[in-house]
Amino acid sequence: MSGKVMTPDAIVGRLESGMTLGIGGWGSRRKPMALVRALLRSAVTDLTVVAYGGPDVGLLAAAGRIRKLVTAFVTLDSIPLEPHFRAARERGAFELVELDEAMFMQGLTAGAQRLPFLPVRAGLGSDVLRVNPSLRTVTSPYADGEELVAVPALRMDAALVHLNRADALGNAQYLGPDPYFDDLFCEAADSAYVACERLVGTAELTRDAAPQTLLVSRHAVTGVAETPRGAHFTSCVPDYDRDEAFQKEYATAARTPETWGDFSARFLAGTGEEDYHLAVEAWHKEQR
Amino acid sequence: MTTTTGTATVTRAEYCVVACAEAWRGDGEVLASPMGTIPSIGARLAKLTFAPELLLTDGEALLIGDVPAIGARSRLTEGWLPYRRHLTMVMGGRRHVMMGASQIDRFGNQNISCVGDWRRPDRQLLGVRGAPVNTLNNPVSYWIPRHSPRVFVERVDMICGVGYDSAAAAGLSATRFHELRRVVSDLGVFDFATADRSMRVVSLHPGVTVEELHDATGFPLPLPAEVPRTRAPSAGELRLIRDVVDPSALRDREVRAR
Repeated sequence: MSGKVMTPDAIVGRLESGMTLGIGGWGSRRKPMALVRALLRSAVTDLTVVAYGGPDVGLLAAAGRIRKLVTAFVTLDSIPLEPHFRAARERGAFELVELDEAMFMQGLTAGAQRLPFLPVRAGLGSDVLRVNPSLRTVTSPYADGEELVAVPALRMDAALVHLNRADALGNAQYLGPDPYFDDLFCEAADSAYVACERLVGTAELTRDAAPQTLLVSRHAVTGVAETPRGAHFTSCVPDYDRDEAFQKEYATAARTPETWGDFSARFLAGTGEEDYHLAVEAWHKEQR
Repeated sequence: MTTTTGTATVTRAEYCVVACAEAWRGDGEVLASPMGTIPSIGARLAKLTFAPELLLTDGEALLIGDVPAIGARSRLTEGWLPYRRHLTMVMGGRRHVMMGASQIDRFGNQNISCVGDWRRPDRQLLGVRGAPVNTLNNPVSYWIPRHSPRVFVERVDMICGVGYDSAAAAGLSATRFHELRRVVSDLGVFDFATADRSMRVVSLHPGVTVEELHDATGFPLPLPAEVPRTRAPSAGELRLIRDVVDPSALRDREVRAR
């Protein structure tokens, strides 16, 4: 139970090429970007990524780390289309398992509950079944006899999530309005790593917040890292909103290999998270 | 084209707002989920006028008890609707969504995933998102701000939202709660109340010609002998649109005056 507090680089040190990796958050919201940036600094590759995708997927796709992607969408929210994901798909860079949002949720739930599948009324009649020929249907054993889609469990080797607060044991708390699916990601993975804005004592977690904000429990957590502004440039409310100006810069830079090379050299080539934030701070000063 | 009712000149965007609002008429106590600016104005107009029971969200995780202007912050929270509860609400059917479409065909199959061959698309778009679950579980309408033959196509490249023919082919579980209410575009209002559940014209917005509609649609669209015109907003509705729901005229950015 002890010794869960780790650095982002130590967490990534536990990951291996070829793993199935779940990434929490939703679109461009509360993504564990500090852990993704650490991943980009590592040699880990050939990943199967499972995510409600945002710039986490974009960055890993741009760096050629994804072999297979399991998702319902990839978006930057205020910028609807993720440029790196688009480019990667249009050059056939990786295999895609394209699921509906509810199918994805059922798959995560089955993964957390150690079920082989869960049924859902989604996918029938759509091309989700055509492009995923391995998906099967199941017939209700009851009088209705309905045929439903059997979503296979989304079980992962490791999950990465970002929350507002956590204690050293791995109990983690969200303070914004939406938990997304972070607890399910942690429970559906063999190892789960929580990054947080601030590491606090256990008593502090519920000093000013209701107990139902404690989304992730320590039994489902392998490692914890304190990464202030670690979801940047995605949102992590109420600690901070999305950095829209920087996200726009990211999307613009993604348009050509040259501008993306410049962006990577400036923001992603440092030796750690601190270099990234210093570079972002300097960039913001230039914009004034 | 703009037309004049009484003293007010009604814009095309305002006809579209009213046409979208009408989609939620009679729905009762369900969540109105509008995607896009004009459907959002429409849902709020409906709630302020003929459909006060509708539930609205702040676009994030809250059900709001007031009807703020587009872009303004809600001051009254009446419920909690994070994504996973939202998906449960979809599957429970107490919701009527108005989605967008990059492509739509005559039976209402909709695509927002990609254009071209799915294995290696010419244009990757959003992904299927929640379109498959939406269309099989709760009433669905569509909003298309620029009616063109690239959107209204003979066949969609990737069926995300399920149309009437696809639902029928998939069987009882697919058709049990499947219902496409209407399609609203910048040219008119359409539904699927035909014998084979293919799309037909309900009304054209004032100023739209039959030729213009045909040129902008990639499949034959049956027209009644006398083409009805989309109803104009009342003076009260116009005041609500202009002064209360959309005072910064964001509607004109989505559908320009013509």
